[in-house]
Amino acid sequence: MSEGAPRDYLSTGAEWSFELIQDYDLAIAEIAHDEYGLDTYPNQIEVIASEQMLDAYASLGLPIGYPHWSHGKEFIRNEQRYRKGAQGLAYEIVINANPCISYLMEENTMPMQALVIAHACYGHNSFFKGNYLFRQWTNADAIIDYMVFARSYVLKCEERYGVDRVEDVLDSAHALMQHGVDRYHHPTPLSAQEEEERQRERAEHDWKQFDDIWRTLPTVKHARNRRERDGQRFPPEPQENVLYFIEKHSPSLEPWQREIVRIVRKMAQYFYPQGMTKVMNEGWACFWHYRLLHDLYDRGRVNDAFMMEVLASHTNVIFQPGFDDPRYSGINPYALGFAMFQDIRRICEEPDDEDRAWFPDIAGGDWRKVLDFAMRNFKDESFIGQYLSPKLMRQFRLFEIADREDNEHLVVDAIHNEQGYQQLRRDLARQYNRAYLIPDIQVWDFDIKGDRALTLRHFRLNNRPLEDEDAGEVMKHLARLWGYRVVLETVDEDGTVVDQREQGGN
Amino acid sequence: MSIIIDRRLNDRKKSAVNRQRFLRRYKKQIRRSLGDVVSERSITDMDHGGEVKIPVRDISEPTFRHGQGGDRNIIHPGNKEFAPGDRIRRPSGGGGGGSGDGEPSESGEGEDEFMFSLSREEFMNLFFDDLELPRLARNALGDIREPKWERAGHTPSGTPMNLEITRSLRNAMARRIALGAPLRRELEALEKSGGSQQEIEALRERLKKIPYLDEFDLRFRNKTQVMKPVSRAAMFCLMDVSASMDEAKKDLAKRFFTLLYLFLSRKYEHVEVVFIRHTSDAEEVDEQTFFYDRKTGGTIVYSALKLMHEIILDRFPTDSWNLYGAQVSDGDAFGADTEKSRAMLQNKLLPLLRYFAYVEVPDSGERATPLSAVYRQIVDPRFAMRCVSSRRDVYPVLRELFAREAA
Repeated sequence: MSEGAPRDYLSTGAEWSFELIQDYDLAIAEIAHDEYGLDTYPNQIEVIASEQMLDAYASLGLPIGYPHWSHGKEFIRNEQRYRKGAQGLAYEIVINANPCISYLMEENTMPMQALVIAHACYGHNSFFKGNYLFRQWTNADAIIDYMVFARSYVLKCEERYGVDRVEDVLDSAHALMQHGVDRYHHPTPLSAQEEEERQRERAEHDWKQFDDIWRTLPTVKHARNRRERDGQRFPPEPQENVLYFIEKHSPSLEPWQREIVRIVRKMAQYFYPQGMTKVMNEGWACFWHYRLLHDLYDRGRVNDAFMMEVLASHTNVIFQPGFDDPRYSGINPYALGFAMFQDIRRICEEPDDEDRAWFPDIAGGDWRKVLDFAMRNFKDESFIGQYLSPKLMRQFRLFEIADREDNEHLVVDAIHNEQGYQQLRRDLARQYNRAYLIPDIQVWDFDIKGDRALTLRHFRLNNRPLEDEDAGEVMKHLARLWGYRVVLETVDEDGTVVDQREQGGN
Repeated sequence: MSIIIDRRLNDRKKSAVNRQRFLRRYKKQIRRSLGDVVSERSITDMDHGGEVKIPVRDISEPTFRHGQGGDRNIIHPGNKEFAPGDRIRRPSGGGGGGSGDGEPSESGEGEDEFMFSLSREEFMNLFFDDLELPRLARNALGDIREPKWERAGHTPSGTPMNLEITRSLRNAMARRIALGAPLRRELEALEKSGGSQQEIEALRERLKKIPYLDEFDLRFRNKTQVMKPVSRAAMFCLMDVSASMDEAKKDLAKRFFTLLYLFLSRKYEHVEVVFIRHTSDAEEVDEQTFFYDRKTGGTIVYSALKLMHEIILDRFPTDSWNLYGAQVSDGDAFGADTEKSRAMLQNKLLPLLRYFAYVEVPDSGERATPLSAVYRQIVDPRFAMRCVSSRRDVYPVLRELFAREAA
């Protein structure tokens, strides 16, 4: 902070030790908590080897998971690329749990460890604790317990029903994992113990309901003809949580299979906020590691060499190649998020006329309060819609391409100029809307009285079709879980059915 | 204050089970790749681990996602010269608007083959999985016995390796409760009646002195040897090394036998392998000579079959042995040799055998060789013939010949 602060380096070399990690953590915590008032879960920092990092990758970053071949594939893929040198390992994995678990790799140098501590243990950690999506959707206290429960449940099922049958259910449920989330209903908090209890009750209930006399009744032929509908669909309103509907209403799943579908659904729910806040979460963490480590430097606790290494790594992380760069693969969430938080601070501290016109509420405000408010109450879509400034659009040199089916050319629709700002901001925000990323597919009808067919509806957005081959495969998985005929109707924005695919039950 | 934990000493193979699941699920695809791997290997490297490839398509996980087409607006960074209204030719190759539309494309690296390495153990397991010696039977039951280790309860003494921890601790707990019960009862009585402090202390002292774990508590897993009847099998490997078998053909023959040998030695504890090579006369040789010696000469197939017959009569009584034969030749035989060989095989050998496989390595394009022409007349479930014309065929043919019969 002050010029010519006394030089009191925490360490000077690349070597790290447990004492040093502790020293750095204390120094960073002091600034984060006392100076900036970041509210965090307690931290649990775990030092691991690279193989263990690969293990953690394979189980979606969680310390424990149920066995599945797709995790093995992920492990092999990462290991292979890591060995080939095509991909470095992430410097860090951080788990949204209480206490917040962060992994440090033993190969890292001391400056890198400090960077990870600032980034994960204080950046991500405070985001997990503060952001509304995480608060509503995940229960940091229970996730590890729940995963222990899920794993042992899956293992028990494998023992009882065979690996193949369990794998079938998991495969099918995974295919629909993205459609296992309610955006508008808040889920009940997780609790491993309650889960076990509920699961046992369900099994018992099914057992009591089993009545062999039904088997002796003559079956009704041509059930389909009986389909005397009273004009009512079931469910009366379309439901977007397909996995939930399957878990509750599938006519063919056994209790343990429903339970596995539920486990996959709970996982989807746990990861949902992370997908919705990628830009914000990473931007927030980058903002804070940048801030916190600079403060360490200003206080004379770290030397130039330390800062050079940190900045080299920081620059790599927030690098945004242009659209025509061979390295380009979309907008880098780290780059955009970091730039936006930095920019919000700038707008608070040094607003110009443009900023005052665009952001009258925050221009000249207290940047800590404004940043905290933004972190708590937004997700990527609304965050960009609210805070992306014309200055940043110019800095990123953003432009918009309109890709129309009936036009053989792509058209530049808007660029970073006065006429384009509003449109760019609106459309970039929309790009982070879930419906824009994942096709909007909902449960439309379950023909309970007829042939038990399940109809899903794909609400098509801007005429964008489903990827045909994959959709066919997913329909097979859906039919496997449902057990009867399944139908997927694609409807236009005006409600007319334009496409239909069907998959018979088994 | 953060907690810092060193986890480096924890299990590093947490994902091993996932890897096994992956291998298990894609057995078929991996095996297809194994054939190619083996065909490119030298014979001495046959039993190593290796890199295998499977098409990425096969292992992709489907989801509902947007395909090509429709209308969309995409925002990119890095504008240099574009102004609103500019028209750009659609990039060819179906990339649409590049990958900037935020669609999840995990395998965006554009590799269409998923490549990874297998350890030697995994390699061999996958390689010989589902293969077996056909019609193996337990003959002469009760006659041939071999000692086998079997579990036989627990004993109070043994090596630390066999310590049964749960049981030992259970014993210790029982002993502690039993030894302590009278003392505790006494203690309780004293405390109620207000006995002297000294006595109470003394009792407490005695309670404390009951050892937590006594040698007496230890239990060890016990094992005893039990004689078990075993099934024995012998495989005869017959190779033609005559002059017409050029290097390429010999290579194929050796590859076949190497794989067969690996399969047998891996899969069965007790398989004797007899190596017979023949030119114009046959001789029994050891493994080393069989695979690496460079002897050559004329061709008399009959000699090998005759030698095999003699060895069987001499050393392998059929009532206690399962006998198998595999013959590799280019099928080049002359005059009466072919007919004599067929008669020998069909009338004398096959009745003694469980299975006989003939593998031909013909000159390319040549279909009916003299030997295969006569062998073709043999109709017997115990006889099979196949043709191998390139390295690629060796492994599939072996699999066909020794596929496990459906139960």
